[in-house]
This record gives sequence, C-alpha cells and structure tokens, in this order.
Amino acid sequence: MGEGYAAAMPANAYNWVAVWRRNFLAWRKVALASVIGNLADPLTNLFGLGFGLGIIVGRVDGASYVAFLAGGMVATSAMTSATFETMYATFARMHAQRTWEAILCTELTLGDIVLGELVWAATKAILAGTAIAIVAVALGYAAWASILYSIPAIAITGFVFASLAMVVVSLAPSYDYFVFYQTLVVTPMVFLCGAVFPVDQLPGAFQRLASLLPLAHSVDLIRPAMLGLPAGGIGLHIGALCMYAVLPFFLSIALLRRRLMR
Amino acid sequence: MSTLAVDLTDVSKSFGGKTVVDGLSFAVASGECFGLLGPNGAGKSTIARMVLGMVAPDTGKMTVLGEPVPARARLARARIGVVPQFDNLELGFTVRENLLVFGRYFNMRAREVEAVVPALLEFARLESRADARVSELSGGMKRRLTLARALINDPHLLVMDEPTTGLDPHARHLIWERLRLLLARGKTILLTTHFMEEAERLCDRLCVLEAGRKIAEGNPRALIDEQIGCQVIEIYGGNPDEISALTRPYVRHIEVSGETLYCYAPDPEQALMQLRGREGLRMLQRPPNLEDVFLRLTGYEMER
Repeated sequence: MGEGYAAAMPANAYNWVAVWRRNFLAWRKVALASVIGNLADPLTNLFGLGFGLGIIVGRVDGASYVAFLAGGMVATSAMTSATFETMYATFARMHAQRTWEAILCTELTLGDIVLGELVWAATKAILAGTAIAIVAVALGYAAWASILYSIPAIAITGFVFASLAMVVVSLAPSYDYFVFYQTLVVTPMVFLCGAVFPVDQLPGAFQRLASLLPLAHSVDLIRPAMLGLPAGGIGLHIGALCMYAVLPFFLSIALLRRRLMR
Repeated sequence: MSTLAVDLTDVSKSFGGKTVVDGLSFAVASGECFGLLGPNGAGKSTIARMVLGMVAPDTGKMTVLGEPVPARARLARARIGVVPQFDNLELGFTVRENLLVFGRYFNMRAREVEAVVPALLEFARLESRADARVSELSGGMKRRLTLARALINDPHLLVMDEPTTGLDPHARHLIWERLRLLLARGKTILLTTHFMEEAERLCDRLCVLEAGRKIAEGNPRALIDEQIGCQVIEIYGGNPDEISALTRPYVRHIEVSGETLYCYAPDPEQALMQLRGREGLRMLQRPPNLEDVFLRLTGYEMER
C-alpha cells in the first residue's frame, strides 16, 4: 500500500509545469472575462465598505478605514480566488471534463497534477490580490513598493487555500457540497481573521481561534506591508502558512488516490 | 528485456467484496494485437486500468514493457499510448493545441511536438482541421484525434478500451483500417471490445472473459474451429422445442437463445430437410463466428 502512495506523489520538481501551462492556455482564451469577474467582487467590497463604513468608523490603527481594509481585501480576494478556482474549475477537470483521466495515462503522476493545479490556483490568487493592491496604490491608500512586499504573501495565501480546497474537492461527491465549505469555513474566516475589522475587537476565545486560522496569518503579513508598518512575528506567520500549504497537499493526494485510482 | 509487452500472472481484484478480476493470467507478445473480449461487466476496463497502473491488483504479478506494475507504471506509461473508452479531449482547444498540450505531459519540447504533428494529423486524416476547435468535430473525427494523441510519444504499446463503441459503421471501418496500419508498423495493441466482429478482424489472439474469469484463449479462427467447427443454422419463429426435437438427430449441438435456435450442423442439408415445408420459419445458414463461441461457452448471447 505504501508503495502505491509513493507512486502517486509528484515524480519530480518540474512535471507539474505541463499542467500549469494547460490551464494557462485555457485561461488565455477567456482572460478578459475572467479578470473582470475576479476583480468586481473585492473592489465592490473595498469601496462599498470602505467609504460607507469608513464614515462611521473613522481611523483604525492610525490609518484611514479604506487603507486598513485594503490589506484585508487583498488577502480575502487571494483566498476566495484560489478557493473557487480549485473547488469549481479543478473539480470540473477532475470530474466532468475527464482532463485528469487523460493526464493520468501519461508520464505524470497524480501528485504532479495536484501540484500543477495548486500552483495554477495560486497564480490566479496572485492576479486577483495584486490587482486589488494596484487599485489601492493608484488611489493613494498604499505605496508602490508595498505591492512588492505583498506578492510573496499573496502567493503563499493562494497556495494555502488552493491546498485546503483540494481536500474538499477530494471528498465532495458533487458541486452541491462546496457550499458548506464556503459558508461554514471561508466566509466566517473573513470576519474572524481581521480582514474587515481588527481582531482585538473580538471576544478572547474568538481571538485565540483566529490565531489558528490561515487567513489571520495572511492578513498579518499583507496589511503591515501595505500600510508601511513594521510587521511582527513574520517567521511565525510564514511557518503557520507553510504548514497549511503542505499538510493538506499531501492529504489531498492520498484522498484523491483512493477516489480515482481504484 | 523480454519480448512480452504485457504479462499478467494470477491477477485478482475485488471492489467492496465483489470479485471483478479472478485469477487471470495472459501474456501479450511484442507486435501482436491481443483482444480482451467479453460482455459489459466482465472486467475488461478494470484490466486495462491495471495495465496502466491506475488500479492495483489485490494479488498476482504484472509486468508491462518490462516494468513491474503498478510500482513502476510511470516508466511503462512513457512508452504506452492510451485510447480511453470515453473521449477526454480538450473540447475548448484546437486539434493542434490538443496534441501540443498532450506532448508536454510526456516532457516533449514544443519543437519536438511540432515535428510529429503533421504526420499525426495525416494519420488521423485531420490535416484540414488542424485549427478547428475539438467541439466542432464529428464523433469519428474525435476518435481519430484521440488515436493520434495516443501516438504522440511514439509508444510501443497501445491500450485501447472499446475504441469503436458508439461510432457509425463507416467511422468504425476507418478506425480499424488505421489500427491495421499501426500493427503493420510493428506496434503492439491490447484491445478491449464487446464487438465480436472487431475482435475477429483485428486480433491475432484473444481472451474471452466472463465475470472476471478467462473462459477461452487463442487465435479467433482457431477458437471458432475448435469450439464450433461446422456450419450454423439459425432458425426463428415456430416452437423451439418442437424444432429441436425434429433436428436433434441431424445436428451436433443445439443452443437456444431468446426465440432463436442455433443448430451446429456438420451436414446442414440434412437438418434443413427435416424442416422443409413448415410454415412461418425463417432459416439462415452461415459459417460460424465468435458469437457462436461465446454462446457455446456461456450459454447466453453477448449483447451487441
């Protein structure tokens, strides 16, 4: 049995690129619609909440509310973009479109496919998160250099949530089950993890829960970068995110092998 | 390196307590077309997936192109081309893009793929459709593209799961003709099918399966001669009991399937003479085929 799992793992460090390039080619054909679709939602949130609530809220942690919210929206859009790409597009490629079935007949292993899909979802998260950051910078809510510091954090956020969503994909019998993950895990995280208001506004128990959730670590990396503030505990945040990236990755390969290779 | 392309020894597999493959052994020599013939549910697709390393056998030993499978299936797959039962082409991509993307899964460079694409398009008779989207192609064209795609890595072995199921007769004959060309070029083919005609036309040897067990193996003509070896009379209409009573003394063996009576008759004239003048009977005398072999071995007809 162990031998079977070993054979399903990524075969080498570069096989995944073929899967990434397949997805890139498919995306290129619909790029414009996809970019607009990915940007509309977080920008609406940013300006709707930012200007609307901003009037009531005033300044948060020494920044205007829109500037405070921008970091949270960048992290949130990276999370949702990676989550949705994996739950819907990747699930379709595994299930109805039979794309994985075709690839499994080649030199690639299941692990190569999963890795290619995760890097692809992270790539889309970089596009979505960076686009929000660019808008925030263009409107004067952050400095240009802040985008450079944010990108690595956006990338790892994308990989983390793609990786987590891949576990959901490996267990879900159909699309209908994704809504549970979305409403019970993803949406509450936005409010628990300091994306729209500071975590210290929460009761103590929720604060402790938030410190375990991956989005909190993403926000704690991205927001200081965008506000030009010194960030504390960078090592801890990166370590926590790496754990959330790597463990579900291997777990999803094992679960998908059980689902597909029998 | 042995000259066996595929070698299964006493392989079994069950899913949830149901035995799908039951102590199966067979070997496919390099350069031959070997058929797995059986009704739906006989275990053909599971065997094809096992050969590719996608299903691990519970017991038994498998070697494909000299590699132990599933442990080193990835290395075997580098020299295998697969035509799956259901098309899994990229519908949104063009014919050319499909080949390019698939070549990358074998770590081929763009230049290497571009070098083989013209020959593959010609082989699939899709030269004029290179830049058409796959969703615009007919069923037969899609199957031919799937076949061309399976050849992109210049495989030694082709594994085909029901390659012509769902095609019209014209498209099917075109695929058969292409497959014979591949055999002439020295490729090895492992084919699953429930079409007796396909098996009879293409296969050098075949293995007849029922419920995961091998019930016969050999050259199609030899199997027919060995199991039947005489003319067949099909009789429809009338009372099967009455007719079998009349013809029994003059035939070697009788099978009844549905409302049809199959009489295996070394001297068909004698048998037909007994039924002369009876109203409402339709009789057909013909040479024996694999359908008769299957009926003889299992007692029931394979659905077509």
